[in-house]
Amino acid sequence: MSASEILRELDSLKDAKAKIEHKISALEAQLKEINLRNDAAPPNGSSPSYPTNGLTQDMIHRYSRHLMLPSFGVQGQANLLKSSILVVGAGGLGAPALLYFAASGVGRLGIVDHDVVELNNMHRQVIHTEAYVGKPKVKSAAAACRSINSTIEVVEYEEALRTSNALEILSKYDIIVDATDNAPTRYLISDCCVVLGKPLVSGAALGLEGQLTVYNYNGGPCYRCLFPLPPPRTACQSCAEGGVLGVVPGIIGCLQALEAIKIAAAVGEPLSGRMLLLDALSGRIRIVKIRGRSVHCEACGENATFTQQKFREFDYEKFTETPLRVPPLKLNLLPSESRISTKEYSEIILKKEPHVLVDVRPAHHFKIVSLPKSLNIPLSTLEARLPEISSALKKEEEKDSGLVSGSGAQLYVVCRRGNDSQRAVQCLHKMGFTSAKDIVGGLESWAYNVDPKFPTY
Amino acid sequence: MQLTLEFGGGLELLCDSKKIHDVNIELQNGEDKLTMKDLLSWVRTNLIKERPEMFMKGDTVRPGVLVLVNDCDWELSGQLDTSLEEKDVVVFISTLHGG
Ligand SMILES: [Zn+2]
Repeated sequence: MSASEILRELDSLKDAKAKIEHKISALEAQLKEINLRNDAAPPNGSSPSYPTNGLTQDMIHRYSRHLMLPSFGVQGQANLLKSSILVVGAGGLGAPALLYFAASGVGRLGIVDHDVVELNNMHRQVIHTEAYVGKPKVKSAAAACRSINSTIEVVEYEEALRTSNALEILSKYDIIVDATDNAPTRYLISDCCVVLGKPLVSGAALGLEGQLTVYNYNGGPCYRCLFPLPPPRTACQSCAEGGVLGVVPGIIGCLQALEAIKIAAAVGEPLSGRMLLLDALSGRIRIVKIRGRSVHCEACGENATFTQQKFREFDYEKFTETPLRVPPLKLNLLPSESRISTKEYSEIILKKEPHVLVDVRPAHHFKIVSLPKSLNIPLSTLEARLPEISSALKKEEEKDSGLVSGSGAQLYVVCRRGNDSQRAVQCLHKMGFTSAKDIVGGLESWAYNVDPKFPTY
Repeated sequence: MQLTLEFGGGLELLCDSKKIHDVNIELQNGEDKLTMKDLLSWVRTNLIKERPEMFMKGDTVRPGVLVLVNDCDWELSGQLDTSLEEKDVVVFISTLHGG
């Protein structure tokens, strides 16, 4: 058997195992319920009915710690069991939220996600396990929810939310949880919630900061009331670009679960008209008062004409100038003679051609991993550090005395994905380094096309 | 006038990666009050070190930036016309989209 055959076989066995385990736990739960019912039946056959407000013996046992809370109690739990919550995004925010929704007994739990589990998700998306790397997040998250609580209904939507499917999906749920990671989807979900009249529990996290609020609840503002115009695309960093400390979306996701559970159970005071701001690094949480519903809001304002029809036709990608499915930006700023491929660069190394390689990533990226003998000059400091490049080139030329005079040492520029390196080469050309070339596709291309052992991040 | 200015959600990157700035702003001749409009132009001149377009658009903040005066949305106090007082805390925070 070849390695790939073994891997395939392993995959299908694991799949079968997960299915069997789920079946076992569902049957066990069923059997237990039957036994309990039989045990409870008194010997003379006439079963007395105990008033329990519609909760079964199993439910009372499972949710007992909720039931004992004076401010939550039987009514809160009964409301929760009857409720339905849709979580859009099974990532860093959705992961803990889903776990708590399943555990607390939300009657019907929907999960929307189109991505697969990746190893670099796992530090924060704690619902997924290593066995699911490469598999759909929806499948992984649904399996985890079912293994926590086999008595609730879990519905899988393995697709991206779009104007064409959002109305149909969202309309089946009482409460919507926005656990997505991009601006166009956030506008899309908010508008859809306004059109359908659903409360929206919205969370976001990046780096070491998080934000949380409830939109469109009981006359409160919607996302557009707060942000009528989308931010410029360059202001929207993703976790993949900017990084994120795993526990930060975890905290915000847990708070989203709390707010949604409060609304579903009809207890307490939802975080509507207020916003929670978390600054994890300084250990500070501030809750601020935000504006109410705006009369001028295009979605929910007094004269708003935002109908289901208009929603279906609205172009969220154009509005936010951001594609819904965020592909890595691919610039093409340079003529082909000013660019070389990673394969070509690997030959330059092999032939020991005299050259200087400048890595223009930020210093904290350079520390993660770098190509041998590269010189780290972050793009933002490039203009000020040109003399360093000149002297590195000179040194390289002196080292190779057999050089044909005038040909000099070559100058190459690399970055993570090949965008900043082009910007840098443009700048270098302007500053007189006319032969500078960028390495197409950056270190990611190096790992992909030259050395699969090169660590990517 | 002594004010505490805070930048968050990535806006701190525009001012030397420093989040909290305790500042002392001298009032213009004859003026006895400072509005948010005055403060924005002061911040732009004195604190924003790079990419001012990531902070402002026209004479106000760019879309996607929340402004809070003493933990309250500036929409509720008159936006650019909000009058500031001694020791006020003004927060500029960029909305996050990650998850
Ligand atoms: Zn609105």
